[in-house]
Amino acid sequence: MSRVGVLRGAAFFALVAALPSFNLAHWVLNMAVFVLMYAVMSSAWNLVGGFAGYPSLGHAAFFGLGAYSVGIWFEHHHLTSGLEPFYLLPLIGIVAAIVGLPIAMIAMRTRTDVFAIVTITLLFVAQTLAFNLHTFTGGAQGLAIPVAPFPVGTFERPFYYVLTILLAVAMGITWASMRSKFGLSLESVHADEDKARGIGVQVTMVKLLAFCVSVGLVAMVGAVWAYYESFVYPQFAIDPLITIAMVLMTFLGGRATLWGPVLGAVVLETAQQVLAYQLGGSQIYLVAYAGVFLLVMLVLPRGILPTVTDRLRQRRRRTSAAAASRSAAHGGITVPKGEAA
Amino acid sequence: MHALIQGVILGVLTAGVYALMASGQTLIFGIMKVINLAQGAMVILAAYLSYQLHASFGLDPFLAIPITPVALFVIGVAVEVLFLRPLRQGDKAELSLLVTFAVALLLEGVISLGWKTTYRSINTSYANSSWTVFGYQITLVRLWAFLLSIGVLVALYLLLNRTRFGRAVRATVQNPESAQLLGVESRLVSALGFGLGSATAAAAGSVYGLLYAFHPGSHYDLISLLLSIVVLGGLGSIGGAVLGALIVSVSSSVVAATISPAWSAMTFFVILLGVLLVRPQGLFGSPVRGAI
Repeated sequence: MSRVGVLRGAAFFALVAALPSFNLAHWVLNMAVFVLMYAVMSSAWNLVGGFAGYPSLGHAAFFGLGAYSVGIWFEHHHLTSGLEPFYLLPLIGIVAAIVGLPIAMIAMRTRTDVFAIVTITLLFVAQTLAFNLHTFTGGAQGLAIPVAPFPVGTFERPFYYVLTILLAVAMGITWASMRSKFGLSLESVHADEDKARGIGVQVTMVKLLAFCVSVGLVAMVGAVWAYYESFVYPQFAIDPLITIAMVLMTFLGGRATLWGPVLGAVVLETAQQVLAYQLGGSQIYLVAYAGVFLLVMLVLPRGILPTVTDRLRQRRRRTSAAAASRSAAHGGITVPKGEAA
Repeated sequence: MHALIQGVILGVLTAGVYALMASGQTLIFGIMKVINLAQGAMVILAAYLSYQLHASFGLDPFLAIPITPVALFVIGVAVEVLFLRPLRQGDKAELSLLVTFAVALLLEGVISLGWKTTYRSINTSYANSSWTVFGYQITLVRLWAFLLSIGVLVALYLLLNRTRFGRAVRATVQNPESAQLLGVESRLVSALGFGLGSATAAAAGSVYGLLYAFHPGSHYDLISLLLSIVVLGGLGSIGGAVLGALIVSVSSSVVAATISPAWSAMTFFVILLGVLLVRPQGLFGSPVRGAI
């Protein structure tokens, strides 16, 4: 990750930021909003599930926390410019991180599979709470949120730009941690937590920090989602499918990579929206989605990016080896370039 | 006090079914180190199958129990061979979570294609009859369900402890490498074990269909319940699963009877977190590999 990486990132975000000015149809922009949401959430999930190797299945609980925070805020406030909920986002992120801390402190005493179980249980408990705490959440009737007062022609844009900023933040955090001791510590937790602790890595600190940052970002996306949809129902705000989407996108793109989760979100969310649109209803759609899901796991268990980079590296190695043997035939000095690549 | 004791009775009777579902789950984990998130969906599929048998042929759900487990056994073996076997050993634990969740979605989709998404329930002639003992109500269905679950659990225990296959399974649970060296076909044991776990889910599903109304999405309610039971008892321990089922079922029905039904779903999570604080490996789980 050098100057090329920075340039690549700048080009990507310039393209993303310019996208709405091409006068795209509403449904395309709507799809882009959802792709961005999932890109942010997958990138955030990747910090815990990809780098630290703690496959959390409870992130949707924090998505719901963010969504309900906006809903509850609207009970007491009114809109003027329509941008107020966006100013609230950092606060929501911090609150979610604080709520996540004690949960992580208990849940992260367990490892991989048990951790997944504890977090998925957390998810369902959060859903039960959302149904039962009528006074705050409105129970099964949910909360209605006023529609944002943006002009109809460019309604999606404010959400789109806010999500672009969130994506930049999430990817920025990932990028910075990949270059720092924090990222190394996370990787060592993934590789062998006991050994890492033994050689003095602040294991507990780094994994708690990763969890809190991660759920904070997800909660912010939940808040944007609630405002965008202008309603919050328990079964949609705290949905196991949201958790699974984050996980699947990260796995599809490539775990513990910077671009993997984003790539996964683009591919899968587009496919999902198209499938849902083409097949209608939730029935065949569910079967098709599960089919895609299983296919991805079987064909690309490591994800697109790691597989592709490996292929490229192998090809480069092969061509450089061929070049080396050619130059050897010409009587030149051979250098085992293949190893350096 | 009356409500409390009534809650305990109901809890104990329901615990039998939960124990049955969870023992299949914990068996699968013990053998393969796979957490089967599709266990709940398999229970619901079996409930629909025995609903259909009852509706089409008038077959009593209790008599359907030899049939649905056979069907689910086949499905379970197919899932293991097609989807779980190809996973690489290194990240099997993580990937199998996703794969079994996908299987759960697939089953949910297939069920809603076959039976629509409305609630169904199996109405037998004895569905509402009950006995009153010392002023406490015992519904007949629950009592039969309890006895039947105990029967299946005993059969499972005998299968694991008195047969060659059972010995191979226990050997694999304790140490897969040594078991393989001693001539246990671990691939075969995995496939059959997954099938057996699914068949247990099917037996529980036929009973579940008698006790509750269900719809294709019902398996979401079961996932967290089953997982809490299994983690509470200690992953891979069938005795632990039975105890976990008792704790979860009794505590939530006591809360439902004395405080409010709305909060009963919370109870097991609080207990689970409490136990994990003290013993991260669960009540009966060993920190490394244990016996079933």
